[in-house]
Amino acid sequence: MQRRDFLTATGGITTAWLLAACGSRGPKGADKLLKYAMRKNETLERGLFRHTSMDSPSSRWRNAGTALPKYYISDTVPVWDPAVRGTWTLEVSGLVKNPLTLTMDMLQKLPRITQRVNHFCVEGWTAVETWTGCRMSDLARAAGATPDAHYVDFQSFDNDYHESWDIESAMHPQTLICYGLDGRMLEAGHGAPARLFSPVKLGYKNTKYLTKIVFMPKRNGGYWSDQGYEWYAGT
Amino acid sequence: MAVDRHHWFVRLTHWVNAVALVIMIGSGLQIFNAYPMFARRGETFCCYPFAGKPIPHWATFGGWLAGARNWHFAMMWLFVLNGAAYMIFIYLHGEWRDLVPRRGDIRDAREMIKYYLFVRRRHPHQGKHNALQKGAYFALPILAALAVITGLAVWKPVSLAPLTNLMGGYVYARYWHFLVMLALVVLSVVHIFMIFTVDPYSIRSIVTGKYNPERAPELRDGRPFYHLVRRERSDADAET
Ligand code: HEM
Repeated sequence: MQRRDFLTATGGITTAWLLAACGSRGPKGADKLLKYAMRKNETLERGLFRHTSMDSPSSRWRNAGTALPKYYISDTVPVWDPAVRGTWTLEVSGLVKNPLTLTMDMLQKLPRITQRVNHFCVEGWTAVETWTGCRMSDLARAAGATPDAHYVDFQSFDNDYHESWDIESAMHPQTLICYGLDGRMLEAGHGAPARLFSPVKLGYKNTKYLTKIVFMPKRNGGYWSDQGYEWYAGT
Repeated sequence: MAVDRHHWFVRLTHWVNAVALVIMIGSGLQIFNAYPMFARRGETFCCYPFAGKPIPHWATFGGWLAGARNWHFAMMWLFVLNGAAYMIFIYLHGEWRDLVPRRGDIRDAREMIKYYLFVRRRHPHQGKHNALQKGAYFALPILAALAVITGLAVWKPVSLAPLTNLMGGYVYARYWHFLVMLALVVLSVVHIFMIFTVDPYSIRSIVTGKYNPERAPELRDGRPFYHLVRRERSDADAET
């Protein structure tokens, strides 16, 4: 092969390959490999996870306040209307010794935590907020979750949105069932009457408009996880 | 006469790296486009003039946010393992000697700059690589390591909170990650430009391993686009 041919060929192949890659989704056949990597990453992430690793935003960072986006999947802001749906309750069931049906009053009687933490969105933004609620671990203790409960599903009335979690992340001391934000009761845009919120998972894992918490032996995916986003989504 | 210039292991890791890096950068830019700015919600950010402007589609890879994230978090392993294999290899096999800075490199680099700016007429004497090239090849693995470390800080801001905090928190960790990527892009673009315009003969050496030393830039007085073909020197200008 002539030197010039060789140069042309190398340059040509590289350029073609780069052009083919531009804006592309990548080869379809790679999906299996990507899934494999996702599983391996999950093992690593769960290995790194510690209940003692806490999120603590600097006091210099301003609270997002009204700049906190309001995400939901229904066409309009999901609002719990007692006239239509009856009194809102939070059901705790599945692998528990005593299933609970909690009213807002009962929920607020559980030890109250207020914490200032980061919100990590999968999109790459963060927002500092002050949340009030009870620890998920206290709720699990109250319901008597059994040792074979390795996963927890958090379900909502927002068009059946749900996301399931590994039990370790659900029991993290900063994982709360929240009914207050920035010193006020939670408003509809942020998931009223109550929502899950923890800095240890990306935003989409933190189910808003919460109605049911189900302890499970196996995971059962979730709204965004079923569409290709990481199921673990830990921070 | 062609001589051996690059070990097959260096050639293999070079091209794996080129592919892995392009995918890492493309998918990274696609992820960036989900929120193409740095400010925390409710705050402003000092140092990014293009806030809100997405990266052009052609420079992205992965198609959508989840696709790009899945590529990014899979390809990072190829990037890291390949980079580590290259470093271990050049350490054990001795190639590191052609890449680590030595006393005199600063002076040589200054001479190279003078030469490229036509202040100096003749190509400075060099070893395997010229001093500027050596500096770039030495900087690339350092930048790659920084890309990985800042990337970990963005990926695990709670599990690795001390690391993320060291960088000034999530927002700055993300910013440093972006800047390291930019530095890698700039160096790579300059690298490829210099390869094609100063020593295209070396492309053979990073593909097949062979190199014809008679075509070395030093002997041709090669500058970007200048003297790509060797001219016989007259005796008159043999020495400067
Ligand atoms: C189309 C893309 C590229 C081409 C055509 C190319 C070409 C080359 C060539 C010809 C050499 C050998 C130079 C010599 O023998 O004097 C080389 C070496 C090198 N390239 Fe690239 N390169 C490309 C992309 C990259 C990228 C993206 C990186 C990293 C960011 C990179 C990093 C290096 C390094 C570190 C060396 C030195 C290897 C050693 O001697 O151990 N290259 N490249």
